[in-house]
Amino acid sequence: MQALALAAAVCFSLGAGDAGSRYNNLNHRLMCTCGCAEILGECNHVGCPNSTGELNELRDGIAKGLGDQQILDGFVAKYGAVVLAAPTTHGFDLVAWIAPFAVFGAALLGTILLVRRWSIGSRQSATAASDPAIDALREKIRRETDAV
Amino acid sequence: MASFGSFVLLVALALAAWNLLAGAWALRLIATGQPSAVSPERLADTARRAGIAGFWAVTAAAFALIWSVFTNDFSITYILEHSNRALPAAYKFSALWSGQEGSLLLWAWLLGAYGFVLRLTHKRDVKLYAYAGAILAGIQVFFLAVLCFAAPPFALLRGAIPEDGNGLNPLLQYPEMVIHPPMLYLGYVGFSVPFCFALGALMMRYPGEKWIKITRVWTLVTWLFLTCGIFLGMHWAYAVLGWGGYWGWDPVENASFMPWLTGTAFLHSVMMQEKKGMMKSWNVWLIFSTFLLTLLGTLLTRAGLVSSVHAFAQSSIGTWFVVFMGIVLAVCIFTYILQHNHLKSDHHLESLVSRESSFLFNNLVLLAACFVILWGTLFPILSEYVVGNKVTVGAPWYNAVAIPIGIFLLFLTGVGPLLPWRSTSLRAVRRNFVLPSIALWATVIVCLAVGVKPWKDGAFDQGNFYALVAFAMSAGVTTAILSEFLRGAGVIARQSGRNLFWSMYLLVRRNTRRYGGYIVHIAVVIVVMGLAGAAFNRNVESEMALHDKISIGPYTLENVGATQDSNANYNSEYARLDVYKGGTKEFQMTPEKRVYLASEQPQTMVAIHSTPAWDLYVVYEGTNPDTGQPIIKAFLNPLVGWIWAGVALMAFGTLIALVPSLKPAAQKGGNSVAS
Repeated sequence: MQALALAAAVCFSLGAGDAGSRYNNLNHRLMCTCGCAEILGECNHVGCPNSTGELNELRDGIAKGLGDQQILDGFVAKYGAVVLAAPTTHGFDLVAWIAPFAVFGAALLGTILLVRRWSIGSRQSATAASDPAIDALREKIRRETDAV
Repeated sequence: MASFGSFVLLVALALAAWNLLAGAWALRLIATGQPSAVSPERLADTARRAGIAGFWAVTAAAFALIWSVFTNDFSITYILEHSNRALPAAYKFSALWSGQEGSLLLWAWLLGAYGFVLRLTHKRDVKLYAYAGAILAGIQVFFLAVLCFAAPPFALLRGAIPEDGNGLNPLLQYPEMVIHPPMLYLGYVGFSVPFCFALGALMMRYPGEKWIKITRVWTLVTWLFLTCGIFLGMHWAYAVLGWGGYWGWDPVENASFMPWLTGTAFLHSVMMQEKKGMMKSWNVWLIFSTFLLTLLGTLLTRAGLVSSVHAFAQSSIGTWFVVFMGIVLAVCIFTYILQHNHLKSDHHLESLVSRESSFLFNNLVLLAACFVILWGTLFPILSEYVVGNKVTVGAPWYNAVAIPIGIFLLFLTGVGPLLPWRSTSLRAVRRNFVLPSIALWATVIVCLAVGVKPWKDGAFDQGNFYALVAFAMSAGVTTAILSEFLRGAGVIARQSGRNLFWSMYLLVRRNTRRYGGYIVHIAVVIVVMGLAGAAFNRNVESEMALHDKISIGPYTLENVGATQDSNANYNSEYARLDVYKGGTKEFQMTPEKRVYLASEQPQTMVAIHSTPAWDLYVVYEGTNPDTGQPIIKAFLNPLVGWIWAGVALMAFGTLIALVPSLKPAAQKGGNSVAS
C-alpha cells in the first residue's frame, strides 16, 4: 500500500512544476515546423520563420492556464501530428513504443533458451564421451587457470 | 573538361562491366572445369587488370570535377550550384562531396581505390581475391551506371552561363566538413570489401577461416574511419548548428550509426568464428546487413524518404538504390540458401556464463540498438502507410528507448572481458566481479553525495537517473578492464622482474588485438561519461545592451561591443563578450553571425571555450529588430570534451589492435609468461 502511495505521489509530482519548467518541458516535446527537423526548444537557426511564433503560442497557452495535454492537442490541431517530437501512446503510435522492447525481449529470451539448449547438449555429449583421465586433466587445467 | 569527365566515366563503367563479366565467367569455368578456348586464369587476370584500369579512369573523372571547380567552369551545373569564385580553396575541394553527383563520384572513386589495393594484393589468395574482385566490380558497375545515367556530375547548363556560381551551402563551410564526409564515406565504402570477401567465400565454399583473417584489417580500418566520420559529424553539428548539442537523432545521423553498430557486432563475433569455429552464418549475415545498411543510409539521404537537416542532398535516385538493394539482398539470400551447409558451427556454447555467451549477448544488444534506430527512422513512413498519418520520431523517443539498451551494452563492455572462454566457476566470477562492484557502488554513493540524484524538486528526473547509472556503470567497467591489465602485467612483472609499466607495455605488445580492444572499451566508457554530462546542461538567453552581464555557472559574460568584418565570401557580425570567473577577466569570446554573399544565406559560428569539466558555448543569435541589441544564448555543457578525448583514445586503441602482436619466436627463449 505504501509502495502504491509512493508510486502515485511520484506520478503526480511528474506533472508538477512552475511555468518556466513547464515551458522548457513542453518545448522539448514539440518540433519546429520550418522543416529543420529540430526540437522546438533547440531550434535557433538564424532567420527561422516558425520557431518564434510557435514558442509564443506555447507561452500564451501556459499563461492562459491550459493543461499540458490541451496545449499539445492545440498544436496537433494546428500543425498536425508531426509537431509532436515523439509518437503518442495510443492507437497505432503505441506500436512505435512497444515494438523495440518486444523485439529485444523476444531476442533475449530466444538467445537464453538457445544457449541453455546448446549447453545441455554439449554437457550430455561430454558425459557420454567421458574419460576419467581427460576429466582429471581438464579439472587440473581449470584449477590452474582459475588461480592465474 | 566536362566532355573528358563524362568520357572517362563511361570508360570506367565499361571496364567495371568487363571486370564483372569476365571475372564471373572465369570463376565459373574454374569451378565447373569446363574446357574453354581462353584459359580461365588469363581471363580472370584481364578482369583484375580492368579493375585496376577502372580505378585510374574514375580518378581521372574526379580530377576533372575538381579541376572544373578550381577553374570556375560554371557551364557545368554541379559547379554552378556548389561553388563560386570567392569560395576558399579548401571548400572548393570539398565541393566534390557537397552535392549528390559529386558525393556519388567520391563513393565510386573510394570504391575504386579499395578495389585497386585489393587487386594489387591478390597473390595472398588468388581465387578468393578473384571472387571478391568480381563482386566489388558488380557494386562499382551500379555506382558508375548511376553516375553516367541518373546523376551525371558533368551535366552541362542550358542557356547563358552566369558570371558566378550559387556558392557552397554555408552549413558546409566549416573545416570539419573538409574531413567528415570523406571519413564517413571511407567507412561506408570500406564495408564493401569485407562484404565481397564474405559473399565470395560463401560462393566458393571457402575452407577454413582464412577469409576472416584477410578481412580483419580491412574491417578494423573501415570501422575506424566510420567511427571518426561519425564523431567528426557530431563535432560539426555541435560547432555549427548552434543548438548546444551534438546528436539530434536525425535520420541521416541514424543512417551512419546503424552500419557502425552492425560492424561493431561483426568485429566481436568474428572472434568466435576464429577461435571456436562458431557463429559462421551469423557473421556472414552481419556483414551482409552492414553493407545493406550503408546502402540504406545513402538511400535515406538521397531519396528524401524522411525529413532531415541533410535535405540539401536529396534527389530522385532512390529508385536506383531500392532496386540495387533488392538485387544485393536476393543474391545474398540465394547464395546463403545454396551454400548454408558449409557454415555449420564446429562447436556450441557450453555455458550461459562464459566469454562466448557474452559475445552473443553483446551482438544481440548491438543488433537490438540497430533495430531500435531503424524502427525509429522508418516508423514515420510506416505510420503514414498504415494509418495515413505522418508522425515525428524525435529525441524524446530515442532517449526513452535507446538509452536503456545503451546502458546494458556498457554493462556487457565490462563484463565480457571478465569471463573466461567455455565456462566458469562461481568462485572465479565472484573474484573477478568484487572490485568492479565495489567501484560501481562507491560511485553511486559519491554521486548521490555530490548531488547527482535521480530526483529533482521531489519529482523523478530521468536525465539525472540515467547519468547516475552511466557514471556508476562506467566506474565498474573501467575497474574491470584496468584490473585485467594489472592482473596480466603483474604476472609478467613477477616472472620477469621488470617494473609494472614495462610489463604492461609487454602485455599489450604480446596481444595487441586483445589489449587494443580493451583500450577501445575504456574509450567507450569515456565517451559515455561525456554523453551523460548532457543531463546537467544549462543555458541562458538574453538580449544584451552594451556592458550588460549574464551569468552561467562560474562565468559572467559582459557585452563589450560588437564589430563587423567582410571578405569576398561573406559579411560577418561579431559580439565581443568578456568572460569573468571569480571576478577576474579570463578571456574574450566572439560568437559570430555570417551572411554568405553568393547564397545570401545566414549562418551562426559558435564560440566555444573548452575545459575538461565543461564547455562554455556561446551563440550570437542576431539582433532584436526593435531595439537593435544583440541576443546572446550561452550554454554550459559539462564533460563534452570527454567525448572528443574518448574518440581519440578509441582511434589509438584501434591502431594498437592493428599492430601485429609479438610472435612467440620473437620472445626470449624459455619465457614461460608468453605461453
